[in-house]
Amino acid sequence: MTFRTHEPASRRLILKGTVMVAMTGLGTTAFAAFPALAAANDAYPEDAFKQKSEPDAIKALYGRPHEPSDKVKLDAPEIAENGGVVPISVTTTLADVTSIAFVVSENPNALAASYHILPGTVPAVANRLKMAKTTNVIVIVEAGGKLYSATREVKVTVGGCGG
Amino acid sequence: MASTIRVRATANGDVTEVQALIQHPMDSGYVKDAKGETIPAHFIQRLTFEHGGKPVFIADWGPAVSKDPYVKFSFKGGKKGDELKIGWVDNTGATDATSATIQ
Repeated sequence: MTFRTHEPASRRLILKGTVMVAMTGLGTTAFAAFPALAAANDAYPEDAFKQKSEPDAIKALYGRPHEPSDKVKLDAPEIAENGGVVPISVTTTLADVTSIAFVVSENPNALAASYHILPGTVPAVANRLKMAKTTNVIVIVEAGGKLYSATREVKVTVGGCGG
Repeated sequence: MASTIRVRATANGDVTEVQALIQHPMDSGYVKDAKGETIPAHFIQRLTFEHGGKPVFIADWGPAVSKDPYVKFSFKGGKKGDELKIGWVDNTGATDATSATIQ
């Protein structure tokens, strides 16, 4: 995959500039979405998204081990006819959830999505992911500083990554 | 001007359910076109939802999120008539933003 390595750096600068503008009181509706980036206090995890394998991606994103938990409920189809659009959702009864990440083991880049769950937000997410082939989907929930996971295999009849 | 972002936010008691559908190719960079040339990666990296001036939900996405992405979540503290702001930025630096009223 060719990530254009020069662009993210320049974009970050542009965004920083935008936030500065917003902070100095010139934030119009056009820029209104961006102060949130600063408030979240962390940048897009570019490195984690570039990792190929599932362990490397999880390591780059969290740098800590995760343990399976029955309090993490992962809902995914047993068989996906179209690997390009696989509906996957997660809910959890864990308290103090701060993030939820979706990892697809056999994809060219394992990390698919990472969600910041801010205070007051319900720890449940539904989204649609691409899957290259039959593989495990791993959901990692960060709760109270610890990592909990749930894993499920999804059989894919037509892959959605290679084309 | 039509936005790429379609949002439905529904308050039910204290919990507001938000569903968003965005028009974006989400090209992974692994797919070749009819001429055998690789279609460059082009995908949304960050999608932010804001309520009352504070972010409530932030999605960091890689190219494995499906074309025309969909996401659903819920948050507490919103009420009917409140404004929700939504914005995204992709790996080429393109952005879009919109707002929706909680119903």
